[in-house]
Amino acid sequence: MTITLFLPSADRGLRWLLRLSALLSAASLGGIVLVLLWRTGPFLWSQGGAVFASGWHPGAGEYGMAAMIAGSLLVSLLALAMAAPVAVTLAAWLRYYAPAALRRPTLILVELMAGIPSVVYGLWGLLVLVPWINRWAPPGASWLAGSLVLALMILPLALLVTDTALRQLPPTWSRAGEALALSRFGVLRRVLLPGAAPSILSGVVLQFGRALGETMAVLMVCGNVVQWPHSVFDPVRTLTANIALEMAYATGEHRVALFVSGLMLISVTAVLLTLAWRLRGHQHAPQ
Amino acid sequence: MKGYWGIVALTAALAACGQTTDKLVLTGSSTMAPVIAEVAERYEAQTGVQVDVQSGGTGRGVSDVRQGLADIGMASRALHSDEGDLTSFTVAQDGIALIVHRDNPVSALSDDQVRAIYQGSTDNWRAVGGENRPITVVNKAEGRSTLELFLEYFQLENRNVQADVVIGENQQGIKVVAGDPAAIGYVSIGSAEYEAQAGTSIRLLPLGGVAARIETVNGKRYPLRRELNLVVKGEPADAARAFIDFAHSDAVADLYRDHYFVPAQR
Amino acid sequence: MHRSDRWAAVLGLIPWLLVVAPLTMMLAALWQQGQGVLSLAFLLEDPSRAGRAGGIASLLLSTGWILAVCLAVAVPVGLGCALFLSEEVRPGSATDRRLGFALDLLAATPSVVFGLFGYQFFAITLGLGFSILSGGLALSLMVLPLMIRSAEQALRGVPLSYRRAAEALAVSRWGWVRRVLLPNAASGIAVGVILSVGRALAETAVLLFTAGYVLRRPDSVFDSGRALSVHIYDMAMNVPGGTERAAATALVLVALLVLINLLIRRLVRRPFSGVVR
Repeated sequence: MTITLFLPSADRGLRWLLRLSALLSAASLGGIVLVLLWRTGPFLWSQGGAVFASGWHPGAGEYGMAAMIAGSLLVSLLALAMAAPVAVTLAAWLRYYAPAALRRPTLILVELMAGIPSVVYGLWGLLVLVPWINRWAPPGASWLAGSLVLALMILPLALLVTDTALRQLPPTWSRAGEALALSRFGVLRRVLLPGAAPSILSGVVLQFGRALGETMAVLMVCGNVVQWPHSVFDPVRTLTANIALEMAYATGEHRVALFVSGLMLISVTAVLLTLAWRLRGHQHAPQ
Repeated sequence: MKGYWGIVALTAALAACGQTTDKLVLTGSSTMAPVIAEVAERYEAQTGVQVDVQSGGTGRGVSDVRQGLADIGMASRALHSDEGDLTSFTVAQDGIALIVHRDNPVSALSDDQVRAIYQGSTDNWRAVGGENRPITVVNKAEGRSTLELFLEYFQLENRNVQADVVIGENQQGIKVVAGDPAAIGYVSIGSAEYEAQAGTSIRLLPLGGVAARIETVNGKRYPLRRELNLVVKGEPADAARAFIDFAHSDAVADLYRDHYFVPAQR
Repeated sequence: MHRSDRWAAVLGLIPWLLVVAPLTMMLAALWQQGQGVLSLAFLLEDPSRAGRAGGIASLLLSTGWILAVCLAVAVPVGLGCALFLSEEVRPGSATDRRLGFALDLLAATPSVVFGLFGYQFFAITLGLGFSILSGGLALSLMVLPLMIRSAEQALRGVPLSYRRAAEALAVSRWGWVRRVLLPNAASGIAVGVILSVGRALAETAVLLFTAGYVLRRPDSVFDSGRALSVHIYDMAMNVPGGTERAAATALVLVALLVLINLLIRRLVRRPFSGVVR
């Protein structure tokens, strides 16, 4: 790319316009963090540590979020543990084993799944899944229900990412395997999947971040009780559901505490993102 | 490119002519929002004044009215003693009913039994004459006036309540109880009766020996009643006054009855 | 065929079922609940009785307005930023990495945080209150990274030979952008716009705190308006007897998203391309 020193005025104008757009875009992120910090600053200064306690009783001025942080993490981790293996194996199966007639419709269905709004998943969870779990283990609205719904939500993208990663592998790898008369399964297990692993992992980590950030669906199926769960059938409350539940009603310090949980969420996302970038190795994550 | 600027210009033009003259903003109780929205629909059709009804909860309604962010607040409770700077106008009566699943054999609970259930000392339906099932206690989230009134009536503190499920809006509570034969919860009588009549599998329990029906709220026999109020700061401005009067009038009494509330006597 | 391959071929049906079954059940349940209410009238009538009767016409209008505001901000700023990345920034440079990280973080941020920010900044600080403008602006922040990434991919995909040819002919930068770069990247940019629409349509939490609940047809962007996704939530969670309409609205929304999906397919020649939401 050549860069000339004397640019015609239109070009100079264009350059500044472009710089402005980029600045605005980057500034949005900065702006969000700044606004959150501005709102929560005094609170964090005076009682920042208290948010890591266990008792959430806004009416009494207690803002211990530990149980909700745990709720968020546990629901997302279980969802990931359920979704990731299914997504990866299904992607590999669709790519290397499935009859062509099955592959295209399935992938179309998966892309459709990826676009369905979370309220719809939540509605289905509330009307169908929760009463179903309730028959085995009341109350039904629980950590498990939340994880199941979340797993359904993150599965499509995890699958698509795996599919992309497998597709981007050098075709010579699988051909070499065929030439050596190795079973396709063996090649998959020892060469292809490990080769695609960094991209797959990076995509999976991003989906974990997405699970952490999910609000509406978990609000409707998790039970929303602020407690440390003893079993997967116990209800939990996530940080996100808490914000949605109490934001409209919260005033004063209570509201600031909610902003603190928002700040916490964005910080965790940043950490996860750094991890995903490291795993990927290069700078552009096409996600 | 031209198309884009055209759209921007159009939006700006439309935005400019959108500044209407009279507009009222109401925020507050989510119990009242649906019925007041319908009242507002009729009012608009009659007078042309735009009325925006937002939800947000009783606490929000009170705070918005104080800060001037809303013209009228909707509060599903009586005003507290420290809310003397506000004036309230009761437009309807509602009650709070305990609901259980329709198939639950228990037909009534005493106040003490309810207290024990919500505090966790009774945790099986067997102990109150029902089947051998652990009780699923459904509680409302903090900040809702329904929760406040419930706790006040049963003299409970929220930190002592052992809930199994916490819900936000009335409908979520109803859906949870309808999906769980062992659940017990409490919601506005208006919503509960509506849904029960429509066939949802819930049943309202009597309180203090009085059946939970809108007639008993009307006759003032039902113990856990609550006012549905429109509140303003100080004295209402003309526009607000006109709407409040309309919300009181016979012209909209049928709307309240439609939602299973009792329209307030004028 | 190796034995392990035969096993793998058959066992693979299990994850397939695990995925396909719940999805079909979900769509079937939605259909069962909502199909009784769906009709052309549903799409053309305004809601009445707090949404328990009538249709969703005013909601479609509000949703359209919110999308318009969102795109009016996100497309130019996003395109500008993408152009900046493709024209001024070398892949791999520090600027590229920093901007890329900021954008990825914006993309990964939970939607409630946008709701909080949108409420605090647009509704309160800027005084826009509950309005389509607040909602649209908050949404534009959410779709900006998506727009930028898609546009950037499209722009970088224009062959280097075109660029070299333009340089050889001493075409100005602006001329190059306007006459060669943009037209060639147009379909990719359009995909970005459509993906953004899809993402915006699915959002609920953000709009609850910014655009509000009002059912009426909005007169301007300063009015509050209820989006389809918010309506689904309200009908299901707040209005007695609203479940059928919630399901019907959900079906309409899913249908819209399917249409969007098909549009993307048309524009992108490679199926299941790397342009992932």
